[in-house]
Amino acid sequence: MQNESLSISVPSPAYTSAKQKIAIALAGIGILLVLVVWAAGRVVAPVPISLAALGFVLAGVLVFVREEYLKYPEGIKNNGAWFRGLTARGVWGWLLGVLITGFYVCLYWFPQYLAGLIQLFDPFSRLLRDRAADQWFVYGAFYTAAVLFMGIKFIYKYRHNPYQRLRTFSVMFFQLGFAFLIPGLLLRLQHPEIYFTYFWPLSYYQGTPMAYQGYSGSGLGTFFFFFGLAMFFIGTPILTYFFGKRWYCSWVCGCGGLAETAGDPFRHLSDKSLTAWKIERWMIHSILAFVVLMTALLWINVATGKSIFQEYSQLFYKMYSFAIGSVFSGVVGVGFYPLLGSRVWCRFGCPMAAWLGIWQKKKSKFRITVNGGQCISCGNCSTYCEMGIDVRAYAQKGQDVVRASCVGCGICSAVCPRGVLRLEGANSHPPAFLSRTL
Amino acid sequence: MKIIILGNGVSGITAARYIRKLSDHEITVISDEADYFFSRTALMYVFMGHMRRKDVQPYEDWFWDKNRIALLRDRVSHIDFEAKTLQTAHGKSIAYDKLILAVGSQSNKFGWPGQDLDGVHGLYRWQDLEAMERHSRGLNRAVIVGGGLIGIEMAEMFHSRHIPVTFLVRESSFWDIVLPPQESAMINRHINEHGIGLRLQTELKEILPGENGKCRAITTSTGETIPCGFVGLTAGVSPNVGFLKNTALDINRGILVNEYLETNQPDVYAIGDCAEIRQPQPGRRSIEAVWYTGRMMGETVAHTICRQATAYNPGIWFNSAKFFDIEYQVYGDIQPREPETRASLYWEHAEGKKSIRLAYDRHSGAVTGFNLMGIRYRHEVCEKWLHAGTQIEEVLPNLGLANFDPEFFPQHESELVAEYNRQTGKNLVVKRKRGLPAVLQFLNKQHSSS
Ligand SMILES: Cc1cc2nc3c(=O)[nH]c(=O)nc-3n(C[C@H](O)[C@H](O)[C@H](O)COP(=O)(O)OP(=O)(O)OC[C@H]3O[C@@H](n4cnc5c(N)ncnc54)[C@H](O)[C@@H]3O)c2cc1C
Ligand code: SF4
Ligand code: SF4
Repeated sequence: MQNESLSISVPSPAYTSAKQKIAIALAGIGILLVLVVWAAGRVVAPVPISLAALGFVLAGVLVFVREEYLKYPEGIKNNGAWFRGLTARGVWGWLLGVLITGFYVCLYWFPQYLAGLIQLFDPFSRLLRDRAADQWFVYGAFYTAAVLFMGIKFIYKYRHNPYQRLRTFSVMFFQLGFAFLIPGLLLRLQHPEIYFTYFWPLSYYQGTPMAYQGYSGSGLGTFFFFFGLAMFFIGTPILTYFFGKRWYCSWVCGCGGLAETAGDPFRHLSDKSLTAWKIERWMIHSILAFVVLMTALLWINVATGKSIFQEYSQLFYKMYSFAIGSVFSGVVGVGFYPLLGSRVWCRFGCPMAAWLGIWQKKKSKFRITVNGGQCISCGNCSTYCEMGIDVRAYAQKGQDVVRASCVGCGICSAVCPRGVLRLEGANSHPPAFLSRTL
Repeated sequence: MKIIILGNGVSGITAARYIRKLSDHEITVISDEADYFFSRTALMYVFMGHMRRKDVQPYEDWFWDKNRIALLRDRVSHIDFEAKTLQTAHGKSIAYDKLILAVGSQSNKFGWPGQDLDGVHGLYRWQDLEAMERHSRGLNRAVIVGGGLIGIEMAEMFHSRHIPVTFLVRESSFWDIVLPPQESAMINRHINEHGIGLRLQTELKEILPGENGKCRAITTSTGETIPCGFVGLTAGVSPNVGFLKNTALDINRGILVNEYLETNQPDVYAIGDCAEIRQPQPGRRSIEAVWYTGRMMGETVAHTICRQATAYNPGIWFNSAKFFDIEYQVYGDIQPREPETRASLYWEHAEGKKSIRLAYDRHSGAVTGFNLMGIRYRHEVCEKWLHAGTQIEEVLPNLGLANFDPEFFPQHESELVAEYNRQTGKNLVVKRKRGLPAVLQFLNKQHSSS
């Protein structure tokens, strides 16, 4: 493993204690069970095996929590983040990246290779949804398990911090309830499968005529169609004005939920360079523009009797769902957690984040204020900002952080060793401390 | 004009940045320690694996070219103040029109037997960090000598690598020359809670050599022999002025400067850790080896050089630190034992990891200092109160305004006020909670009335 931390040697390998290894081994057995089923393509006893897999992973998480967090006084737990292969782009990090990426590739384009996993989760699917499992159910189950298990880990990691505990509880709640159980129950009750926390344009399908027509005959579906639009046009500006984009990105959204829980060990891998910021602004706004244009074309087709833009708009839609919906948000967005950090999609791709960001930047009370002259320029805030914001650049100048991309996770404030940063809301900001010293 | 800045720490770099903002002068920054400016304050986090070297460099590498700040990695061995030239170890001779000395500090060594053995190090320079790294492999124990801010950081560093640590502290309680007894006791408890072998009232007697000039063990003033492969000497720092002694430069402990940061030599300034202010402002010391004073001096000297002579004005004392998991902030004057004329109001959380202390003048009631453990207070608010000499009974009901803890954290101001009421028989209540809108109102009001 290459050690990027110090120019010299690799620090002592004693970084992982015996009990931590037990924890990792336990979780590893669970994951291995899943891998075996995946590779075998079928499964004999799905119920015991799936329960065992989940049980082992949960046991691993709990042992890890005990060994790594509860045995020590509460506080910031980032020791060795840049030394461990898993969290510092070492061999384990790459392996994990390949594994997740492979799963996403199968999920989107080769679901036939997921047959074993689909069988594995079939009993669950029948229990919840009263119908057979498909690859999307498998995906939802993995996703929810990841948010819940890693959420538990995160809550213990930050057990001294009520903001972090509450926020994590919130994303776990929304993932389990609104992105897993409720859509499943709706199916069971013969309603359309609705994800109440995903709106257009993050869920790009939701704003299209296809979605509208698909909901016809379902009062609930039609309601959700207009609810989603209202959230976009009215809900987002109002909520973002008062709370910043965090009301969605780090408290509700499922993508954010996964990033904040399963992605937390990788948050320091985000790129902090000015170049990355430039790419981010260009890219995320282009994607928002594309999605708006694409959706508009689809509606113009309907309005004009499906004549003029027919082919182009369908082509656009297909392009978007392949390049952005699948490759970017899934394969790269999650598959590359161990390589590029946890919020690549949220930062460079998500059109909803772009829209929230515009409001956050232009019309919001939300800001991160800086505590006078206390900053020692250490860089913890910038390093652990999953959005790659160079928080230190603001803090050392005594300047409020007002950035479109900030998801309000509050980690910069948590890791700051000098109590410099606070997430809060007001229409103006304190006089910059440094300009008063002369 | 050609400006040479000797030292690429926070003070030298801040000076360079502001000179560039204010002028087109030619700027060269010289350092023998590192190619690029890094945050010395973050050394510990590199060792603990929280950050890489790159992460503790506040500016990207292109920054220097873009801002036309030339960087030279070399050691200055001699300065000829008359001829206005520097001599470097690599044999270069460099002329200057203005020279800013920002040469920082060095670790103190008090002539302990064995202090130059292999495995005995202070923690100040990047190279010290590398030495710690080299010695950490298979290290049986580290002994840290000196109970100050750097000592406790070093203890935390080794502890993070699961290396046993013994921590020798001369005083009867950790950092009790600065912290009041309760806060100091809190940190003693916390150090022990982390499993560090804290030895109070214990001094280093001797470092014993082993094979190949390596240290093997130490003996203490209490007669103990402790085997250890590493000894951390963290008994304070002092200005790094050795190479300037016996020149025309006026030096006491540090390089003596007036309020404009001018030395006794024409066109030569000194800033940061190495500067000793001849007449410090009331409530400030002549040498203050902290981050923000270096930054303020750098900004000040840039104004003096590029605009008009500007006096260094650090304002009211403040500082912060973190002892393992407990954050510490101070605003104003807090004495380990307050003088008779002052009262000290203290509240401590039942779990013993948070406290609030307010010191105030018994006679006038004016608040004189805030000391916080495990709780964050807002600099601007405390400073306003201190500056205006606000009465304790006006501060207490509004104390919530000062709270800077994140949302949903409990606020303990009313518990402190209850303590005050208990002591005085008064009946004050906390009227204000934390929050930016109220703070802005408060700050603006104070502004217009002052
Ligand atoms: C481990 C540690 C933790 C700290 N934590 C805190 C903290 O939490 N809060 C706080 O306020 N302060 C802290 N400090 C103190 C703070 O870092 C210093 O006050 C500050 O860095 C001083 O900056 P400076 O620019 O004056 O000098 P320095 O940063 O020391 O820079 C001086 C530079 O000049 C170079 N130099 C010197 N002589 C020569 C020469 N002859 N030729 C070439 N180059 C030369 C040196 O090599 C050095 O690079 C800490 C210090 C240490 C060591
Ligand atoms: S700036 Fe702070 S709150 Fe915002 S995303 Fe970065 S770490 Fe989270
Ligand atoms: S973590 Fe805190 S002290 Fe360090 S650079 Fe960021 S704001 Fe400054």
